[in-house]
Amino acid sequence: MKADRTALLAAVLLSVYPAIRLSAQDTTAGKNVYVKWCAGCHGETGAGDGPAASTMLPRPRNFTGAVYKVRTTASGQLPTDADLMRAIDDGLPGSAMPAWKGRLSDGERRDVMAYLKTFSSFFADTSQHIAALTFSKEPGGGAGAAALKEGRLFYDSIGCRKCHGDQGHGDGPSAPTLKDDAGFPIYAADLHQSWRFRGGPTAADIYRRLRTGLDGTPMPSFSDLIDQKFLTDEQLWRLAQYVRSLSPAETPEVRDVIHAAQIAGALPAAPDDSAWARLDRYWFPLVGQVIRKPRWFAPAVSGVWVQAVHNGRELALRVSWDDRSQSPDTAWLAFERRVLETMASDDSSPPPSAAEPWPDQLAVQFPRHIPDGMERPYFLMGAATDPVYQWRWTSQPRRAVAGLARGIDQFDALPSAPAAQAVYDHGEWRVVFTRALATPDTANDVQLATGRAIPVAFFAWDGSDGEHGSRMAVSTWYFLALDRPTPASVVVSPLIAMVVTLGLGMLVIVRAQRRGGQGGQGGRGAGRRSGV
Amino acid sequence: MGKLGSVAAVAGGIGLVALALAGWTRQPAVQGGASVTGKVKFTGKAPANPVIDMTEEPKCKAKYTAPAREQIVEVNPNGTLADVFVYVKSGLPASYKAPAPTGPVTLDQDGCRYHPHVFGILVGQTLAIKNSDGILHNIKAKGTKNRPFNISQPTTMTSERTFTASEVMVPLECNVHGWMHAWVGVLPHPFFGVSGTDGSYAIRGLPPGTYTIEAWHEKYGTQTATVTVTGSETKTGDFSFAAK
Repeated sequence: MKADRTALLAAVLLSVYPAIRLSAQDTTAGKNVYVKWCAGCHGETGAGDGPAASTMLPRPRNFTGAVYKVRTTASGQLPTDADLMRAIDDGLPGSAMPAWKGRLSDGERRDVMAYLKTFSSFFADTSQHIAALTFSKEPGGGAGAAALKEGRLFYDSIGCRKCHGDQGHGDGPSAPTLKDDAGFPIYAADLHQSWRFRGGPTAADIYRRLRTGLDGTPMPSFSDLIDQKFLTDEQLWRLAQYVRSLSPAETPEVRDVIHAAQIAGALPAAPDDSAWARLDRYWFPLVGQVIRKPRWFAPAVSGVWVQAVHNGRELALRVSWDDRSQSPDTAWLAFERRVLETMASDDSSPPPSAAEPWPDQLAVQFPRHIPDGMERPYFLMGAATDPVYQWRWTSQPRRAVAGLARGIDQFDALPSAPAAQAVYDHGEWRVVFTRALATPDTANDVQLATGRAIPVAFFAWDGSDGEHGSRMAVSTWYFLALDRPTPASVVVSPLIAMVVTLGLGMLVIVRAQRRGGQGGQGGRGAGRRSGV
Repeated sequence: MGKLGSVAAVAGGIGLVALALAGWTRQPAVQGGASVTGKVKFTGKAPANPVIDMTEEPKCKAKYTAPAREQIVEVNPNGTLADVFVYVKSGLPASYKAPAPTGPVTLDQDGCRYHPHVFGILVGQTLAIKNSDGILHNIKAKGTKNRPFNISQPTTMTSERTFTASEVMVPLECNVHGWMHAWVGVLPHPFFGVSGTDGSYAIRGLPPGTYTIEAWHEKYGTQTATVTVTGSETKTGDFSFAAK
């Protein structure tokens, strides 16, 4: 009798509260979620070919082959449900895939996970072995010098540098030849940007990727090495810890104001002057230029590190950024061609030209005059009637010029070129610009004054990624503040910062509201691609 | 294009069979049965295989006296085409049961090239992937009917894997050395061969029946032909690929 009543109760509950089947996976409900939220990128048939796919590199996952990068299973094995849920819940950093936790309910996410498994017959094949590998716990002392030295030893001995480069910037000799399983060009990960790792930034995440490999990519599994006792499990951990040590301990926070301290005497004009190591550095993310055609959805430079210092007469500004190639470099021409082909289906007009050995470029932008309020010229290189003052540096010829930009297409050089020194060091550019704070041409050259919030923006081009002209990476406006050595700055600077932060806060809110209004597709891309 | 030319009995084909089967494609011994043997001809001007730039790998480079080339179109001195995978595509009786594999098939990475470049293996048979170079290779299998794998081999070592499903062909590649490609045909039966340095192939031990034979080449695609065999006879089936 009791059992009957329980069954009856369950039946009633099931009919009244369909939500009770949350723990189950409903592929019909999952399809509805999929069509609404996923198909735009991943395609109606799950082949990774939705309408938005052509603007993405890396491309959206093709579910039909059931080949997944981020797993806890052995190389080539199907992912566990938990693996799939993690990608859905947390997204895949460094790609267009956002985190869906919070956007979709627990049930919706579980259902859509069940549905995407139906795109491949492998998941229905009961002979497939789906089991997470057993991972050991991270050994302690991973941040110590001895451990890191050991990790570095294995970085060299097992050939990581072949793709990831000697210093881990993704610039190894095999890097320009890499393709994913679908034949699209693929970058060897820049190991200095752990916050962009698809599988997560921690040493444990890295260890797991070493064990499982990243299926569908050139990244192999190193588990056989442990099985055959070429490496111990602890040694693989040391390697993971070494790789982790290449990135900042925390994901860099974007601070809006670059503070240039005032020093006495000569400024560090050389990129590797030891003085730079003692100065605070600021991270500014860059995104593809997607406003003006031809647009660019595959920027190779994801951000710049900026440092500044002045002595009351001159300013020295060091910009450092990761770039896999010292362009122009013929070793990268075929890769560049593949990138341009991959991105060619964009509605760009004119279409991307054939691959050419473009140089690398960087632009630092200021308004002509420091504004009193929040009004600034158009961030995207000004306008015909309201130009901006820029420093433009190119890798070949290796020089910097100053000039006025009146939009992306027009640049008129001025005589006030900054001095510029640059080094390319294993996948990283470091360029120091030096210029007098005051110049004779007060009408066109920004006059750099202390104690003011000077708007500044950055642009970068990786020639070997096919970047030239409007195909570039851009930032929005930030600020440069030349600090005063006098006690006054103690009061003024925080005030400026406060006002600026308040203004920016408002800006962020307004923008967020606007972005929210764009709906699913636009909002998703906005995270990395079009959030300009 | 699937003409098998003339399918005629040839008594002296056994020698060629042995030649074609020698080396890497160790197949289970098949007792009795019929055979199909033939040559894969090539007409037209063969494209030059790209020269491999091994500057980054002095250890591999040192293994060659002349610059090494990729092995995309290997035309033999006698005008035949090597590295063509020839196999029974259909026609086996439903009751046919393949003999158990007798040992592993070895794929060697030597001189930053794969040996062999094209080969066959049975479903479930062990593939022993050997790194004779002692430098970093990764070996990636990119099948669609089989699960993929991608193994790092940074030293002299051997890894073993098996395939679970029929698939012609599973591409194998090394991403450290973008020029390294090999192809493996995975079959549920031992009726396959690869054209060798004299262009000949052989399929032995066939039960009586009518079969569709397919010849596969990585650049020139596939051709099929139909052949009927009885008893222990040997029939000839030649294929011909033309330069594009």
